[in-house]
Amino acid sequence: MSLRPVFTDLEVGQELPAHTFVVTRETLLRYAGASGDFNVIHWSQRHALEVGLPDVIAHGNLTMALGARYLTQWAGDPGALSEYGVRFTKPVVVPDTDVGTTVEITGKILELDGDSRVRIDLTVTSEGQKVLAQARAWVHLS
Amino acid sequence: MPLDTGFIGRIYPATQPYVVSRAKIAEFADAVGDDSPVYRDVEAAAALGYPDVIAPPTFATIVTLEAAYAVVHDPALGLDWTRVVHGDQRYVYDRPLRAGDEITVVVTVESIRSMAGNDMIVLRGDVATVQGEHALTSYTLLVARSAADSV
Repeated sequence: MSLRPVFTDLEVGQELPAHTFVVTRETLLRYAGASGDFNVIHWSQRHALEVGLPDVIAHGNLTMALGARYLTQWAGDPGALSEYGVRFTKPVVVPDTDVGTTVEITGKILELDGDSRVRIDLTVTSEGQKVLAQARAWVHLS
Repeated sequence: MPLDTGFIGRIYPATQPYVVSRAKIAEFADAVGDDSPVYRDVEAAAALGYPDVIAPPTFATIVTLEAAYAVVHDPALGLDWTRVVHGDQRYVYDRPLRAGDEITVVVTVESIRSMAGNDMIVLRGDVATVQGEHALTSYTLLVARSAADSV
């Protein structure tokens, strides 16, 4: 089990360590099966091009899930997440290569409240583009 | 044509119960690349005070997305689902879902508005166990792009 952050050690403005997540076509296939979201734009290049996308794109909810993974790994307990929301702005484009693409996530502490709750804003990018906006979470550290 | 704002506040019937299984939790955790033992090992979950393995935070998408689709496809609402994109998503948690939970979703149309020809609808999904214990609330913003923008 990773070391859990201690509320009294935290400061507003503090940055959390950056993390890079690899996303390949296999990732999308697995996520489609696990989530039940079989929208064609997440697995068929032909369909993706037809609707004007540059290539197959990742499920927005998968990118959101990577953010949740980032937050819960930091918190050490997935149940510590009390609120988490994102806006889907740009798609994560996933080429049909062995390396796929990457999603980079960093976090910053924006607020600490009197109830041991931490507000964290995430910056989530892929290929230098912000793919999520207003990615915000409240984490309750007991 | 803008959506009928008379749908605001409409509550859809609860979805069929869905049983959260250890196998599905592990499959979902694998799919998002999360190797945390609390998703796979009952003892690791117990060490954090949980009675069984818990599900990753966005696991609820399995039930909430399907529940939202049922509303999107409601012919009375008249949303052109071929133009619908997922705008944003938020979850507010009471407790993590866990193996053995039997859950349903009740969807409420939270808001409807039109902006620059785009229809924007917020669906609230309340996820609770069949025993009535509330686990989380999902807020999904769906945007139906204006027909003029479509390809």
